[in-house]
Amino acid sequence: MDTFVQQLINGLTIGSIYALIALGYTMVYGILRLINFAHGDIYMVGAYAGFFIATAMGFAVNPSAFGFVVTLVGAMAIAAALGMAIERFAYRPVRKYSKMTTLITAIGMSLLIEYLFIFIFSPTPRSFPQLLPVENFTLFGNATISTSQIMIFVISLLLMGLLQWIIYKTKIGKAMRAVSFNITSAKLMGINTNFVIAFTFALGSALAAAGGVLTAQYNPKIDPLMGIITGLKAFVAAVLGGIGNIPGAVLGGLLIGAAETLVVGYGSYVGIPSTYRDAVAFAILIIVLLVRPAGLLGSNVQEKV
Amino acid sequence: MTRVFLSLTLVFSILFTFACVDKGANSTVAPAGDTIRIGVYGDTTGATSSFGVSTKNGIQLAFDEINAAGGVNGKKFEMIFEDDQGTPEKAKTVISKLINQDKVVAVLGEVASSNSLAAAPVAQEAKIPMITPSSTNPKVTEVGDYISRVCFIDPFQGSVMAKFAANTLKAKTAAILGDNSSDYSKGLTRFFEEEFTRLGGKVITKQTYAQRDQDFKGQLTAMRGQTPDVIYIPGYYGEVAIIARQARELGMNMPLLGGDGWDSPDLFKLGGAALKNAYISNHYSADNPAPEIQNFVKNYTAKFGAAPDSLAALAYDSAKVLADAIKRAGGTDSLKLKEAINATKGFAGVTGTITLDGSRNAVKPAVVLELTPAESKFTFKETIYPEGMTPPATTAMSNSNTMNSNMTNANSNMNSAAVTNTNTPSNATR
Repeated sequence: MDTFVQQLINGLTIGSIYALIALGYTMVYGILRLINFAHGDIYMVGAYAGFFIATAMGFAVNPSAFGFVVTLVGAMAIAAALGMAIERFAYRPVRKYSKMTTLITAIGMSLLIEYLFIFIFSPTPRSFPQLLPVENFTLFGNATISTSQIMIFVISLLLMGLLQWIIYKTKIGKAMRAVSFNITSAKLMGINTNFVIAFTFALGSALAAAGGVLTAQYNPKIDPLMGIITGLKAFVAAVLGGIGNIPGAVLGGLLIGAAETLVVGYGSYVGIPSTYRDAVAFAILIIVLLVRPAGLLGSNVQEKV
Repeated sequence: MTRVFLSLTLVFSILFTFACVDKGANSTVAPAGDTIRIGVYGDTTGATSSFGVSTKNGIQLAFDEINAAGGVNGKKFEMIFEDDQGTPEKAKTVISKLINQDKVVAVLGEVASSNSLAAAPVAQEAKIPMITPSSTNPKVTEVGDYISRVCFIDPFQGSVMAKFAANTLKAKTAAILGDNSSDYSKGLTRFFEEEFTRLGGKVITKQTYAQRDQDFKGQLTAMRGQTPDVIYIPGYYGEVAIIARQARELGMNMPLLGGDGWDSPDLFKLGGAALKNAYISNHYSADNPAPEIQNFVKNYTAKFGAAPDSLAALAYDSAKVLADAIKRAGGTDSLKLKEAINATKGFAGVTGTITLDGSRNAVKPAVVLELTPAESKFTFKETIYPEGMTPPATTAMSNSNTMNSNMTNANSNMNSAAVTNTNTPSNATR
């Protein structure tokens, strides 16, 4: 029993990270019908930004809650700026062309960020400093939870709550919903769509950066290609929950994280080796697309042809 | 109008680029008259980049020493290095480039067995001798007679750690967490299990991961329920460091065992205090007070600002073995050179005396090192000799008396085991 609970905690930890990243995918898709493939790399940039902030400000030497918050917020701000810059200079100029053009631009952007980081910061993995003292708490039996795991749960929940509040309780959130409903009508109603789109990118990127810093706290190895697989799984999570649907992204993230860890923990009993953990995420994607193309919480909207 | 102009500019710039490339290629192909060109390939920018950097540095040091002493047969050594980013596909590409374009007379590399395995057939086909400094999977030299190595092989390395676990740590049960994407790791997993079982131990659970995985808590939690005495993790340092951290976070404080894939300065940076109570099998110990080893450590540290790990030491030895063979062959004729390399006998290297056996593998003792994360170093623990090799009368490592007893103990156990071990891999591939 304690082993199962432990596996569930492990799975939900990485699931929360997937959920944070999936939110960015789903929001951008909701508004632009664009799969922003560079989103996984923003998560990586967030981790690197956190690394440099923590090292430059000396938080690495004396772990403190203050240092952690500054690092987290700083990384989120840098990633938000980058997200807006990417939208402004890469996606906006091609937005008027077909969806495919923007998609290819996104793939190009992803490769550009990855290899630019390899070029500038070298591909050697770096060790992310411990910003908060790590402690383990025993829940019962053998099941333990560490401070970094608790941080991941608490901060993801806070950020998701904040996002929900922005979308449903603020003016800009209302504008975002309007743009996602129909961009042309929103423009006719006097909404500055360009600003709303830039804001959406900033919001999504900040969440991904938070995911990056939280992961780096939990697993302190960062490298320029760390966003590829994580980004893909977060994308699967977004599709699983129903792309464009915000609670769906969170649910999808948690499900993918839990499924992955349970495959590792119990797959060998049913003949699935633990190295199939990544395959499982994509198998789930295929099944979802076959059975429920709109995703678990997605509404089935008729596409106008 | 502008469109025409732009397209013309584009066409010309493309043509110009090709012209430049061609010129560049020509200048490198031109045979350099009085130097011996040696190709070196390794991973200096990938997931195991510290391996490639150490290898390159070790070879550079050896070449500089040889050149300072006037070279071999009046010719100086020139290293042509190619980065393969740690992937088998790239390894194959860069070795082809070294052989066909740069016309090197011999190749030194790779560290990771999967990469050496991908590149070796190219060297064999072109009949260019290749010495791998540190690929320990037996299959590498089975590719052909132009492929040799200056390190021991995994059947021995795996059995060393199994012996250490069973005899020194008195472990009864072990768990193995291996890297499913590496030939090195799969080989060690198998040989450790065979020897540990033979010594009366039991491998209670085997789990795997893939390179670049970030989360290992699933595997570790599954292991924790079965409470193994030790965990054997035959992987590379990048993943191992994180595995160690996550294991300790889950409250698993048993000894962690590994191989030479852990040997990297980055291991301690990533793993930190979690690497306490961990042991690895390795090729040499920088603690060894023997003057030739201390001399090497001193020169290397002075030149590169870091202490040499075992990969640097092996690379250094591989370059020296190659130079020695070129001297004996009286030139760089590939057939003669290959024969001279394969006839290497009793060569005194910093990683021990190198004698190549019939399968072109070096037969050497291994050392077991204990990790000391507080000082970011590996501390010598004991030496384990392969079957048939007696410890030299005056041991360079005169650290303690206990060590000698360990040696003889390990040596006697070895006799029956090593015979079965060395036979298995060749049978499996035939």
